[in-house]
Amino acid sequence: MGDGPPSLWEWTARNWDTGRAGSIRDLLGDHLLMSLVPIVAGLALALPLGLACIRWRWLYQPTAALFNVLYALPSLPLFMMLISVTGLSPVTVIIPLTFYAAAVLIPAVVDGIRAVPEHVRQSAVAMGFTPLRRLIRVELPIAAPVVIAGLRVVAVSSISLVSVGALIGQGGLGMLFTRAYQNPFLPPVIVGIALIVLLALVADGLLVLAQRLLTPWERARRTT
Amino acid sequence: MNWLIDFFADPARWSGPYGIPMRLLEHLEFSALALFLAALIAVPLGLLIGHTGRGHLVVVVSANLARAIPTLGVLVLFVLLLGTASIWPVIIPLVLLAVPPILVNTFEGIRGVDPELRDAAYGMGLRGGQVLGQVLVPVALPLILLGLRLSAIQVVATTTVAAYTGLGGLGRFVIDGFATQDYSSVFGGSVLIVLFALVVQFGFTLVQRVTVSPGVSRRLKVREQSPARRGNN
Repeated sequence: MGDGPPSLWEWTARNWDTGRAGSIRDLLGDHLLMSLVPIVAGLALALPLGLACIRWRWLYQPTAALFNVLYALPSLPLFMMLISVTGLSPVTVIIPLTFYAAAVLIPAVVDGIRAVPEHVRQSAVAMGFTPLRRLIRVELPIAAPVVIAGLRVVAVSSISLVSVGALIGQGGLGMLFTRAYQNPFLPPVIVGIALIVLLALVADGLLVLAQRLLTPWERARRTT
Repeated sequence: MNWLIDFFADPARWSGPYGIPMRLLEHLEFSALALFLAALIAVPLGLLIGHTGRGHLVVVVSANLARAIPTLGVLVLFVLLLGTASIWPVIIPLVLLAVPPILVNTFEGIRGVDPELRDAAYGMGLRGGQVLGQVLVPVALPLILLGLRLSAIQVVATTTVAAYTGLGGLGRFVIDGFATQDYSSVFGGSVLIVLFALVVQFGFTLVQRVTVSPGVSRRLKVREQSPARRGNN
């Protein structure tokens, strides 16, 4: 702080909304979109795949192995290879992140639903629940804590991973890092890291809250 | 596909300090160095915390925070602060980011050992250090190796990204190629990095199969799939 170089606050305030493309507010919006889509799409991919793996047991080993391998691939070369298909667009970043998300969520869905006690499942059958209703009203709610634990990992890592996209010009707040490196200047890096960590903490907090709302019985059990 | 042929068929790509063999060696060297240093810090610390049960909170917080921290940001931060005179401004963040997965999984592995097993070992007259070395570590080995593998995946990925801040390695083909619109270099480099990551992944699977006692691996197989133990890359 002081007169010389601008303080972090000053720099942030000056660049928050410049009216031009690439203001911090714009980047924050891009970042939110590019991390939110993989989380949702990853879940949308993992739910049917996970259910299929439960229905047909033999499917689980190869599916888990395939996604384990995908998970091990670094993001940057995946972005680069996708550029020739999807061009320099947010989709290029979103696709690999979706697969990483699914890699974490498929085991979560499978473990979560497999952990539903057999007597609970049978009670639902005895009460006349159709398989679909049983899934929605009984099995998924019971699996929710495990799936949400997976979603928390996915949300936090997606939010931080989006920034690698800056290396192909599609990085949301990560663009602050490349900008800071190109004309060496510290404030953008610090603001970028702080905002990304903050975003991750907020997402994590929201998911914890969602879990409390979705599984009220967990809390009841703890207090009694 | 033509890009790949251009890249791999060019003899100039196969020699000199900027050739594929040298870049591959650099990538291996930086990744191995970072992973080794991280393991040197994280494994003993994880064993200690898991065995004594003290400092549990440090582990949990560091694991969650590490996932949230953007690797590119940390790399740029260190390079801006420390300059690029040596490779250390880049290696230090690589090590820091590789520590948490090893630490968490080592800790969880030791803590997850059946208390009856631990008591039996003490009952047989083993001392604290012996219990740790002869019982707890072998039983926790699958998780310790999982932590090392997740860290290795992360280090390989981050070493790639670190090419942006001037580190050598395979990432150079991708970053430099992208900057000069040399797409054969971008594509060829990407393929090399993907292959490298696959070999690392496969190598760890092999190590796990060889080192983990068969009695242990059968019992702990299910635990490995738990989602909360995964890191990010």
